Amino acid sequence: MPDPESRPPARPQPSRRPWEDREAAPFVRLEGLSKSFNGTVAVDHVDLHIYRGELFAILGGSGCGKTTLLRMLAGLEIPTSGRIFIDGTDMTNVPPYERPVNIMFQSYAVFPHMTVEQNVGYGLKKEGVAGAELKQRVTEMLELVRLGGLEKRKPDQLSGGQQQRVALARALIKRPKVLLLDEPLAALDRKLREHTQFELMNIQDRLGITFVVVTHDQEEAMTLATRIAVMDAGRFVQIGTPTHVYEFPCNRFVADFFGTINLFASRVTQVESGTCRVQSDEAGADIASGDAGGQAAGAEVWIAVRPEKISISREAPVVGGFNVLKGVVWDFGYQGNRSIYRVKIASGKIVQVSTQNRVRSDARAVEWDDEVFLSWDPNSSVVLAE
Amino acid sequence: MRPASAGRATHDRLWRAWVIAAPFAWLIVLFLIPFVLVFKISLADPILGQPPFTPLFGAVEGAQGSWHVTFDNYRFLFADNLYLYSYLKSLKVAFISTVLCLAVGYPMAYGIARAARPWRHILLLLVILPFWTSFLLRVYAWMGMLGKQGLVNTLLLQAGLVDEPVSMLYTDFAVYIGIVYTYLPFMILPLYANLERRHRDLHEVAADLGARPLAVFLDVTLPLSIPGIIAGCMLVFIPAIGEFVIPALLGGPETLMIGRTLYDEFFFNRDWPLSSAVATVLVFILVLPIMVFQHYQVKETRMVS
Repeated sequence: MPDPESRPPARPQPSRRPWEDREAAPFVRLEGLSKSFNGTVAVDHVDLHIYRGELFAILGGSGCGKTTLLRMLAGLEIPTSGRIFIDGTDMTNVPPYERPVNIMFQSYAVFPHMTVEQNVGYGLKKEGVAGAELKQRVTEMLELVRLGGLEKRKPDQLSGGQQQRVALARALIKRPKVLLLDEPLAALDRKLREHTQFELMNIQDRLGITFVVVTHDQEEAMTLATRIAVMDAGRFVQIGTPTHVYEFPCNRFVADFFGTINLFASRVTQVESGTCRVQSDEAGADIASGDAGGQAAGAEVWIAVRPEKISISREAPVVGGFNVLKGVVWDFGYQGNRSIYRVKIASGKIVQVSTQNRVRSDARAVEWDDEVFLSWDPNSSVVLAE
Repeated sequence: MRPASAGRATHDRLWRAWVIAAPFAWLIVLFLIPFVLVFKISLADPILGQPPFTPLFGAVEGAQGSWHVTFDNYRFLFADNLYLYSYLKSLKVAFISTVLCLAVGYPMAYGIARAARPWRHILLLLVILPFWTSFLLRVYAWMGMLGKQGLVNTLLLQAGLVDEPVSMLYTDFAVYIGIVYTYLPFMILPLYANLERRHRDLHEVAADLGARPLAVFLDVTLPLSIPGIIAGCMLVFIPAIGEFVIPALLGGPETLMIGRTLYDEFFFNRDWPLSSAVATVLVFILVLPIMVFQHYQVKETRMVS
């Protein structure tokens, strides 16, 4: 009898960043995948490679097509065109009950007329597993999701968090090649969500199953995922690691999706290797930035700087004449661990700055109506063409 | 407590009491009191007179006022096979009709629930449409169709399937047709109400976990529709037991259901006490299924919320 807890000893340790490996074969491969409903395009010619053991997040607002994409992976929607390969096999037209893929719905969809045990064992039972083996594997799975002792409960006797774990155990018990999770944490309260996030990562790590998570919550995606695909209007806007999409967004949509960002309309004046200079009337200053993002002198661009990258001080910083803005503190929000400043600069634009509150009751801290200087490192900003 | 809130509390209590009292009053006036009267009559002896039964308390043949209670009528119910036969026949006809209604109604309800939205309303309307004409008229129509020179026999003869007319009218067969036809909407409507809540996620999860379409139906759709099945079955079974018109018009001599026995006892024999006893026993036979129905009705409403 296979013991699900013990891993084969000689399993090759997969690369931590398989997507950078040119040799690695993608585990899930989408080729030109499209889906339209009565002429409305939900997913529009999407190509995607997901590697074995990844925890891949598809991130987007409502109606961006992310759930449709997930449902196509599960076999619950038939693509209008394009192909789906899982572990090298064409799965495009394979019905859901024959796919080595399981899904956990946002609603959890726990069978209300079955006990916890029956819910979790359902998939195995359909495979023909029965008797002692079924019971043992159900018990093991319930231990994994920490639901031991609740075997005989009915779903209406469980909390939301417990129901979610029933749904997770039920989806994991068949050891799918890919586990699909539709907004797995959306229905949980904040504390439970943080906890469950790490538990999901832990389980994923232990079982080595490839997870594909759909979410609208960028924090959730960043915490969970090895890579994130940002989706908008049925297409991927950017695919990359959490750090990459946060620090190097490819356009204003992505930049704005991942938290707050300050944007200054600018014009490139000078490009050198690795650095560039731009002139921004909106910022009212000469700005130096790192890579110009392939833009030539004269191009209209946006300079994007995250609030936490900007320093705020009452004294003028001692740097060479660029990336320094002068303004007045317009608004100030104390959030405990950090403070948010909204500073009005000469052009009338509001710049958001956030600082870590390392020192308790800092007497020198910047306050309302203070005249302040804002500055940032040239390498902290990004040049965006669109 | 402030007077205003005390006043409101009293007002609330009164209102609640009234809301609960109204259905109780309804049941007492229209069910309990008539039933007690019938029960009282069932304990009397039949006499020639007006009313045709002995009083429960009164002077009989010059003696002082005394109680007059007899269980002879109930004893007689078990002494004569006729009554036992009628009860069993009623139960049998009601049971078979209910099973037939379920067999016909479930696929219909399922089909309607799965139809595209505009179609659903049209199909439901078609199910309810027969109610718009008189029930009696529809039963007469069946008499016309099932008779020796009726539509069905004419078609069978023309098609050469039979050589001489089949006698269908005045048989159990005709009674089943009549009951199934009449009560089918009562089966379809609660089933439709249940099946219309699609539980799409549950179906999809079952399929995702390896259940083929038939298994999805058996594992998910069917068990979740049990409350609807029970509601539909009760709505057919309970009135079918006491059904009088259909067996009287479509049934033959062997279709001796309790409704007809009751009618004969009351109107032909003018034996009010005995027919009251028949009715009282019938009520007790019906109480059990009604309680089962109530139980699942409560469960159903809980599942919805």
